[in-house]
Amino acid sequence: MVNTNLKTVGQTKILVENLNLFYGQKQVLENINLSIPENQVTAIIGPSGCGKSSFIRALNRMNDLIPEARIEGKILIDEENIYDRDIDLVALRKKVGMVFQKPNPFPKSIFDNVAYGLKIGSNHNRADLEKIVEKSLRQAAIWEEVKDRLNQNALKLSGGQQQRLCIARALAVEPEIILFDEPCSAIDPIATARVEELIHQLKTEFTVVIVTHNMQQAARISDFTAFLWLGELIEYDRTEKIFTNPANKLTEDYVTGRFG
Amino acid sequence: MRSVKKKGILADLREGLIHRLFQTSGLMVIAILLGIIALLLYTSVPAFREIGLREFLTSTRWDPTSPEKPEYGFLSMLASTIMVTIGAMVISFPLGVAVASYLSDVAAPKVREIVKPIVELLAAIPSVVVGFIGITLVGPLIARVFNLSHGLNALNGSLLLAIMALPTIISISEDSLNAVPVSYVEASLALGANPWETLIKVKIPAAASGIIASLMLGMGRAIGETMTVLMATGNARAFPSGFLQSVRTLTANIAIELGEVPYYSTHYYALFALGLVLFLITFFINLSADVILEKQKRKLQ
Ligand SMILES: Nc1ncnc2c1ncn2[C@@H]1O[C@H](COP(=O)(O)OP(=O)(O)OP(=O)(O)O)[C@@H](O)[C@H]1O
Ligand SMILES: [Mg+2]
Repeated sequence: MVNTNLKTVGQTKILVENLNLFYGQKQVLENINLSIPENQVTAIIGPSGCGKSSFIRALNRMNDLIPEARIEGKILIDEENIYDRDIDLVALRKKVGMVFQKPNPFPKSIFDNVAYGLKIGSNHNRADLEKIVEKSLRQAAIWEEVKDRLNQNALKLSGGQQQRLCIARALAVEPEIILFDEPCSAIDPIATARVEELIHQLKTEFTVVIVTHNMQQAARISDFTAFLWLGELIEYDRTEKIFTNPANKLTEDYVTGRFG
Repeated sequence: MRSVKKKGILADLREGLIHRLFQTSGLMVIAILLGIIALLLYTSVPAFREIGLREFLTSTRWDPTSPEKPEYGFLSMLASTIMVTIGAMVISFPLGVAVASYLSDVAAPKVREIVKPIVELLAAIPSVVVGFIGITLVGPLIARVFNLSHGLNALNGSLLLAIMALPTIISISEDSLNAVPVSYVEASLALGANPWETLIKVKIPAAASGIIASLMLGMGRAIGETMTVLMATGNARAFPSGFLQSVRTLTANIAIELGEVPYYSTHYYALFALGLVLFLITFFINLSADVILEKQKRKLQ
């Protein structure tokens, strides 16, 4: 039923196998299987509370922060199960970056925000830092706006700028995968357009997984779309197919706005 | 149809009365504070008139009962107070912030449930009991370690005050660490930082003003503490020259001398002047701590 064999596109970057997720006794993800291709944008859609955030947070083990969260099954990234015992969490989170729903820059300068991840665990000299910070800010399409005030507090930026700064901060540690959990739900339409454009460009270098509430957004920027409903993966296919000719009645009802 | 109009004049009256009641009690607190300030000022003025501000503020000799020439300089007591307080903070600030970080960050919920009440209990120990510990336990220990005839000195006072300031420092610091938005912590961890790095580089800086405020409130507590220092520091009047010397703080001096002083004598007024100094110091420390905390609250919202 659920199409998990997407052989037509490049390499599988993330392979999710029989994933179950519980909070205490409550099961919020049920037997999820899917493969996320490299250098593509994959969108996760579904009604509120269906487990989108829980799923995406499983991909960089952010759920570890929640004491009552428990996981069964496997998530293979480049064929390594990230839930194995010998996984280095620091390395995992550098490889799998994350951008959150609400822009959350640190109350530090713009420069220090982007340099934060670089200063951890490794020693870069000032010149290197400057180079990487500039590169990341350029990649996140915010360099022109902030280049003259890198020492200004990041909290002074607008919401949309803050979100692009957060993207730059995630890019600076050179991840291979970037997870976005509703990155545009707290910013205005113009800022949203910029972030969407940016995400679209990012896929040339990164594998992108994005959770979104906004159907048009999923349709605009993603190559593949997974539809989650009550913790189950109902349908997963090329975005085009999901939005024009879904195989499942539930999917169709959802993408046409009949519920959700 | 139900009417939503007020029922009768009584309801109005009752509301008005309740409002008045709260308003009055609020005003009363302010009145009491102003009253205390007025009283302190009123009873201190004669001291400054009779002694002279200059002697009071610049002399290091406090000897009101000297038959030849009584002298009223507050400097040595001020220095003792500052010294004992700084000593206490050097011990309890790092310790308090460490415990607060542990409680807010590392401790399992169960451990926290046990440790927090214990910390709060620490604040409930009567200061005379702490002083007692100073005489019977800390004093002899200090004497043994430093090979002294007795251990009633500034160090003893600092150690005890450190214990007494700990609950304030821990609980205010922990509150402000807990007020740091989870989103900062998540952002840091998602960038590959471990919990320790997140604490040092994100949580503590974001909570810095609250942590500073906890230091100031702890200081305010230490400066105003009387019974403990009176019992533990030996009360020698000389200008303090080291932590192993006996010292007499402002508070201890007032407590010791006020019982024996003739009413309305210069000495009597001079003690009130010391009280005024003490009040001003703690008032400003507490006030600035409040301002800092208020600012931080607004910033983190
Ligand atoms: N820490 C937690 N403890 C217990 N239950 C939780 C916890 N976090 C989330 N849940 C529950 O798990 C389910 C899935 O939550 P999740 O946040 O993953 O949904 P979502 O699809 O991201 O929703 P939204 O679109 O509203 O963000 C919800 O029913 C939610 O109430
Ligand atoms: Mg969510």
